[in-house]
Amino acid sequence: MTPLDKVILATVVLVEASQYVISGGSGPVYVAKDVKEQQQIAMYLSRITGGMVHDMENGMLIIVRH
Amino acid sequence: MRPYFFGIVLTASLGGILRLLILRSDYRQYPTYPHGYISHLSMGFVAAALGAVAWPALLEEEFVAVTFLAMAAQQFREIRNLERESLASLDIIELVPRGRHYIEGIARTFEARNYIIIACTLTLSAIDLTFLQSQTIFLRIVILGVVTVLIYFFINFVFPDKRLEDLADIRLGKVHFQGPNVFVDDIHFMNIGLEEAKEEYLNKALGLVIEPKDIDASATLANPGQRQAVIHICAKLLGVYKDVDTPEFTPLMRRHIKSGNLGVLIIPGSGDPQALIAAVKRSPVLEGAMAKPSKSFAGREREDYHDTPR
Repeated sequence: MTPLDKVILATVVLVEASQYVISGGSGPVYVAKDVKEQQQIAMYLSRITGGMVHDMENGMLIIVRH
Repeated sequence: MRPYFFGIVLTASLGGILRLLILRSDYRQYPTYPHGYISHLSMGFVAAALGAVAWPALLEEEFVAVTFLAMAAQQFREIRNLERESLASLDIIELVPRGRHYIEGIARTFEARNYIIIACTLTLSAIDLTFLQSQTIFLRIVILGVVTVLIYFFINFVFPDKRLEDLADIRLGKVHFQGPNVFVDDIHFMNIGLEEAKEEYLNKALGLVIEPKDIDASATLANPGQRQAVIHICAKLLGVYKDVDTPEFTPLMRRHIKSGNLGVLIIPGSGDPQALIAAVKRSPVLEGAMAKPSKSFAGREREDYHDTPR
């Protein structure tokens, strides 16, 4: 239950929001051309990694292992 | 030892039957577990035999026999460890885990029940040897049988299963979203990024609000282990809408920090709200989670302390 158990596995950003990403950090960053593609990528990543998708509300979705 | 033979067999058997009776009363912790039943029953019989032998041994001035009780205690502690380990190892891959608190509670209960059985058979054999030696066999069986039933009710009276409904009022809440955040009434649960998942929540999810009756209940229900146990029971009894790769559908129980109220959010397999309320109401209050701040001076000084539960 410690916060360190929670790992950001990946980030999916919209093209417009890609300016927020300075460097990769932990986990790869995927750039999606629109909201539909972003949802699609996030869903696949979530299913594959078993991580949970969270919405940062600035055009960025992160996938987190809890 | 010949004169004691019948008494020992009788009290040991009655102790075994008693173990069966109290095992039946907690099927909820083990829904389907035939082999678990057998192992606990046989340990129960061992405990019963020990209790039955102890009194005659004392009468024969065989004081060494008492050391067997110590050995038995060791064995029963081992049972607790085994129970804990096996449940904990299975728990890792449960869709909705029981949680360590619940497992510890189950293991502790099973250990303690063996001691209860020893104490009960000891009582039975004491009654048998002190009062019933001159009676006919039939009368001894009947009287000890009646005493066993009395003990059974006494055990249920002394160790009542506390249920969640004793601690809190439970009502349905409204599941709604603010942006990506899902709420039940004013209790925040989590941030859900997937639109698909949001729709599922809006269409199918049930939310409950649990209002603790007093500060003790509030402290007990705040315990994450207690909450996990409630969630596990809900998911077990109502069915769960989740698979290993869909963590967003994990049922949750969250606490409103300001009010101390708790919320349950679950997408049940079957969507009957009354069934969910019934499941939560009948969830056990775990011994390891129980807190009683009101028993302390500091607790009674708190401004949210009420003399009588509200």
